[in-house]
Amino acid sequence: MKDKTKRNLLIASVGAGIGLVNGILGAGGGMLAVPFLKKLGFSQKESHTNAIAIILPITVISAFIYLFKDYTDLNEAFIYMPTGLLGAFIGTYLLRKISPVWLKRIFGALMIYAGIRLLFK
Amino acid sequence: MNIAALLAGLFSGILGSMGLGGGGILIIYLSLFTKTEQLTAQGINLLFFIPIGVLSIIIYSVKKQIKWNPTLKIAAFGIIGAVAGIFLTDLLGGDITRKIFGGLLVLMGISELFKKSTALNKNSRNKK
Repeated sequence: MKDKTKRNLLIASVGAGIGLVNGILGAGGGMLAVPFLKKLGFSQKESHTNAIAIILPITVISAFIYLFKDYTDLNEAFIYMPTGLLGAFIGTYLLRKISPVWLKRIFGALMIYAGIRLLFK
Repeated sequence: MNIAALLAGLFSGILGSMGLGGGGILIIYLSLFTKTEQLTAQGINLLFFIPIGVLSIIIYSVKKQIKWNPTLKIAAFGIIGAVAGIFLTDLLGGDITRKIFGGLLVLMGISELFKKSTALNKNSRNKK
């Protein structure tokens, strides 16, 4: 199989996987997106920022479907947004300052924690 | 509106904007402190992330840190995956599907911590 075809197949399947996680868990998909972007050659920090670019459109669609199926409560979500936005200012600043090594460690630890939580819930 | 809720939003926003999966915190907070149902909590977390994600993207793309070409391609397939995932959850029930993904995440987390990074391309970018 040609390299380019392989790569496109990978993009399709991992992309679908990221969306699968997002739809099933109602969160991110960054767990898949960040390592995948690194594999594609992005640096540690670039993987994190571009992961958000991937997850955002997916999240919008998932959120709409959840609302459409009446699974969730829009008003509740509004409560957390103001401080969340403040958090986004802080976080984007922190991402600039943090070392890539520590970013990778924190991310790995969070992944394990999230996985264990899911397994035993 | 209490302090815990404000803090939950704050930390979820910080982690989410760093691409660290802030989703976990908000969902945990919602199920533990407000006794929100899992699916409702997931939906709240999804909705919550939208403005946070938009703001983060704006800030990052101003600094030219976003590469739209590959990311939107991946996102397109992601949307298909999300629709499939929600359909799958309807079919199998939330608990089973979440446990499967819990296992996958643990495996990936371990490999992330211990593996040396490799790149698919021969000309890989320098790690910053």
